[in-house]
Amino acid sequence: MKTLKNIGLIICFIGFTIFTASIFTGTNKVSQETFDSWASQKVKSEFFIEKAQKEIVGKELSAYQLSSKIKNIAKASNEHYKSQKEIAWDKIIWLKWNKTSKDFIFPLARASATGWVSQNQGLFFWLTFGLAIIGGLIAFGADYKLLGPAGIKNNGIFQHSATNRGIIGIGAFAFFVIFYVLLYFFPNYLINPILSVNPIKNWMNGNESDQWFLYGFMYCSVMTVFAVRMFIKYRHNNYQILRTAVVLFFQIAFAFIIPEILVAFNKPWFDFKNAWPLNYTFFFDYNLNNLIDSGNLGIFMLVWGIILTLIIVPVMVYFYGKRWYCSWVCGCGGLAETLGDPYRQLSSKSLFSWKIERWLIHGVLVFATFMTVLTLYTYFAEIESWKELAFGISAYDIQSSYGFLIGSIFSGVIGTGFYPILGNRVWCRFGCPLAAYMGLVQRFKSRFRITTNGGQCISCGNCSTYCEQGIDVRAYAQKGENIVRSSCVGCGVCSAVCPRGVLKLENGPEDGRINPTEVLLGNDVDLLKLMNEK
Amino acid sequence: MEHIVIIGNGISGVTAARHIRKLSDKKITIISSETEHFFSRTALMYVYMGHMKFENTKPYEDWFWDKNRIALKKALVKSIDSNNKQLLLSNDERFSYDKLIIATGSKPNKFGWPGQDLKGVIGMYHKQDLENLEKYAPNNKECKRAVIVGGGLIGIELAEMLHSRNVPVTFLVREDSFWNGVLPQEESEMINKEIIDNHIDLRLGVNLKEIKADASGKVKSIVIAETGEEIECNVVGLTAGVSPNINFVKDSAIETNRGVLVNRFLETNTKDVYAIGDCAEQKVAIDQRRPIEAVWYTGRMMGETLAQTICGKKTAYKPGHWFNSAKFIDIEYQTYGWVWAKPRENEARFFWQHKDGKKAIHVNFDKNTREFIGINTFGIRMRHEFFDKVLTEKKEVEYVLKNLANANFDPEFYKQHEQEIISKFNKENNTSIKAEKKSWSLIFNRS
Ligand SMILES: Cc1cc2nc3c(=O)[nH]c(=O)nc-3n(C[C@H](O)[C@H](O)[C@H](O)COP(=O)(O)OP(=O)(O)OC[C@H]3O[C@@H](n4cnc5c(N)ncnc54)[C@H](O)[C@@H]3O)c2cc1C
Ligand code: SF4
Ligand code: SF4
Repeated sequence: MKTLKNIGLIICFIGFTIFTASIFTGTNKVSQETFDSWASQKVKSEFFIEKAQKEIVGKELSAYQLSSKIKNIAKASNEHYKSQKEIAWDKIIWLKWNKTSKDFIFPLARASATGWVSQNQGLFFWLTFGLAIIGGLIAFGADYKLLGPAGIKNNGIFQHSATNRGIIGIGAFAFFVIFYVLLYFFPNYLINPILSVNPIKNWMNGNESDQWFLYGFMYCSVMTVFAVRMFIKYRHNNYQILRTAVVLFFQIAFAFIIPEILVAFNKPWFDFKNAWPLNYTFFFDYNLNNLIDSGNLGIFMLVWGIILTLIIVPVMVYFYGKRWYCSWVCGCGGLAETLGDPYRQLSSKSLFSWKIERWLIHGVLVFATFMTVLTLYTYFAEIESWKELAFGISAYDIQSSYGFLIGSIFSGVIGTGFYPILGNRVWCRFGCPLAAYMGLVQRFKSRFRITTNGGQCISCGNCSTYCEQGIDVRAYAQKGENIVRSSCVGCGVCSAVCPRGVLKLENGPEDGRINPTEVLLGNDVDLLKLMNEK
Repeated sequence: MEHIVIIGNGISGVTAARHIRKLSDKKITIISSETEHFFSRTALMYVYMGHMKFENTKPYEDWFWDKNRIALKKALVKSIDSNNKQLLLSNDERFSYDKLIIATGSKPNKFGWPGQDLKGVIGMYHKQDLENLEKYAPNNKECKRAVIVGGGLIGIELAEMLHSRNVPVTFLVREDSFWNGVLPQEESEMINKEIIDNHIDLRLGVNLKEIKADASGKVKSIVIAETGEEIECNVVGLTAGVSPNINFVKDSAIETNRGVLVNRFLETNTKDVYAIGDCAEQKVAIDQRRPIEAVWYTGRMMGETLAQTICGKKTAYKPGHWFNSAKFIDIEYQTYGWVWAKPRENEARFFWQHKDGKKAIHVNFDKNTREFIGINTFGIRMRHEFFDKVLTEKKEVEYVLKNLANANFDPEFYKQHEQEIISKFNKENNTSIKAEKKSWSLIFNRS
């Protein structure tokens, strides 16, 4: 079995290596036709077109060469126009490190990819995704025997370099962070990985794959492989099995397949489960216009999105706690609970981090709300979003800084990249505005709580250690107090790992949900009354 | 300001300190020799197993003590001079108190076996034991086999610990079935099976004769008394029970037996000296309880109670209904009320076991009055509050069975077995009870 596991790991590793190595290889050859159609959409500078025509078209270039050539020509072109007496502003090419690569260079690089990979996309898919997935499944499958009989088997977690911030953990951290930076800001270097999933995209709706399709496909496959790991690890625990299966289903169906099908029918790409303010672009003018222009279905999407946030979310949180979303439906939560599960013990439980958490997450909620209110104001007041509103800032500026700081850096690079350092759910704990919103409902008006079983706690600390949200569960359990914290996502792992059966997630009457106690059940009844009634 | 000095920073001493602080402004000092800060002894096993770091076993962050003005002093108390109200510390410092709480816990039993102090022989109580285990049994290359002597709760935990690092384990149990002085035969057998299923070499009904050393004074093998069999091993774990850690009290004026003798108010024979937790021995046992109760919960309850007395509200220690819990490798165990190993004269039993052999309940009730006396539950979590109430209200066994769904504390979506259990009960007792639906008002009725 051990050998089988190692074989699986090796196969998986080979797939990963090919995948990673392909990032830096691959060539581009821009045909005249590709160039013309790209240039006609993206540039007005004749200087640029003329120079690029000479230096790029018909040449075999690496992704890096192509990108730097374009950047250099653009710079030269800008200098050229800026040195004129009368500056022709429309011919200036706006260069910004986090925008130029993805918006300007990427489309050309994507359309001009040549080389072995582009001719053997199917095979390449099997060499990367295929091997990684099969290897992963074999390695985790072997755990069925290796872990021993069903039960909590967290053996060696704090002694293993991958799960205790050792070399492997740091390596994974670096890999995640670099991948997210490339994905969000430099997809022009991800052409080969994007090509590997091209056949699937073609098959689904006839379009060409881009970085978001690659991300979506990776997301689903990673979640699937790690969901299998969860099924095996928690095979004695129906709560864990069910919620993992459901969250995987929502990711694959709602965030991946349905949107692609919609696109196949020329409808807007739409994730029905993604609620504002997590889905912060929902009320952006281009999205509203897009939905309104998409006929009945578009209107339905618009109304659904509003109902989801205003009615369904709070009502469900009232009945079941925010777990219904965070641990059963949400894609971010889904990744945290599968890929992130091996890292859950790394989240900090200190009071200090709780303080930071409250400032950050509520800050993001305020930011998101402010941005949305402003956006809607400009929308209904029919002010162009790029027009200055005050202090030289436009609604568009605010949107794009939110998109950059929160949407990309916080939720992606930090939120997922830092799993191996800060524990999974970094985003859900410190950043997600939807979590903050639901947390307020959960704390003050909900039937959900984690009940503490009388006086049974032995203060061992397993619950706190494995709480991904950094809740010091033990601090409540050892006082006999129920846990009603706004940040609890109801993953149920504290209850699963408790060796004394002290914790139970349940939805019950609000009465008695919050039960501060001084003396625990089991002691003298008079003393209990005396102390607890004060 | 009155100075309260507590010896021992375990659960009992710390609980007393916390509650004294809540109730008063007295000066509080905790003296302890094992560690700087309070940690959870019950979690030591998880550190070796890699489930937690030692850091994670501390129930309070390090700033907690300062903030609550509880002074911590790391020192070993050598003796108590109660006439002058002073402690003598191992560095010969004298430390004064106004009131003294002895909460020094237990130490592992050693029965004078030849070789019991060799290198590689360990107990499993203190943090130092954990460090020794890490030294002598870091993996199955350094430690080719470990032998554990003594089949109680700590013994099986030690077996599980070593097993988690794939160290082969031989487990010597004096009784003819695991822990059958406490567990009824059915449960005891179920645990025997769990131990064997985990590839632990369980030897029942055997005693240790001696531990042999190699040339360097390290453990080489052990010999079994009954069969003379010699088993090669690198580590021997002595887990044959614990006894109060009170040697340093012995030559003071404070009266001791096995533990420090106390009355119902947890007072010793000496004025202003109290004892709580594992090291305290009740002069007259309370109800059916043992005079020394070496469990977590009782230590905590004594701490809660004594704080009242110290703060001027004299309160007797009156523990409520007995409860306890443990985990036997993968099988969780809880108990409420009393289920003796052997039924007493007035008692009848009802036992149900799931076909996978990992779940069971054992109910004890009065044959004549049908009053519910206690329950052992394995692999099914139950609500403490439910059984506490049932015991207080002296409900009948039928009531308990009918309401098992309300007692259930398993996570959501777990398979429930009430129907099966009740129909077995009906068959055996010629009754026709039906399961009640789950009722929130019953579960949360706190009256
Ligand atoms: C491995 C293990 C698992 C356990 N699991 C459970 C369980 O699951 N459930 C349960 O109910 N109970 C369990 N117990 C028992 C429980 O841990 C004890 O009952 C409890 O810790 C006793 O607390 P205490 O405060 O009385 O003493 P202790 O926790 O022993 O604390 C006493 C402290 O005083 C110090 N001390 C002693 N003498 C001196 C001196 N002369 N000078 C200075 N300091 C001194 C000691 O070093 C120690 O730190 C377990 C015990 C062990 C060892
Ligand atoms: S408190 Fe428990 S259920 Fe809630 S997030 Fe933490 S581990 Fe999950
Ligand atoms: S895991 Fe269970 S016993 Fe341990 S501290 Fe948490 S609630 Fe208490």
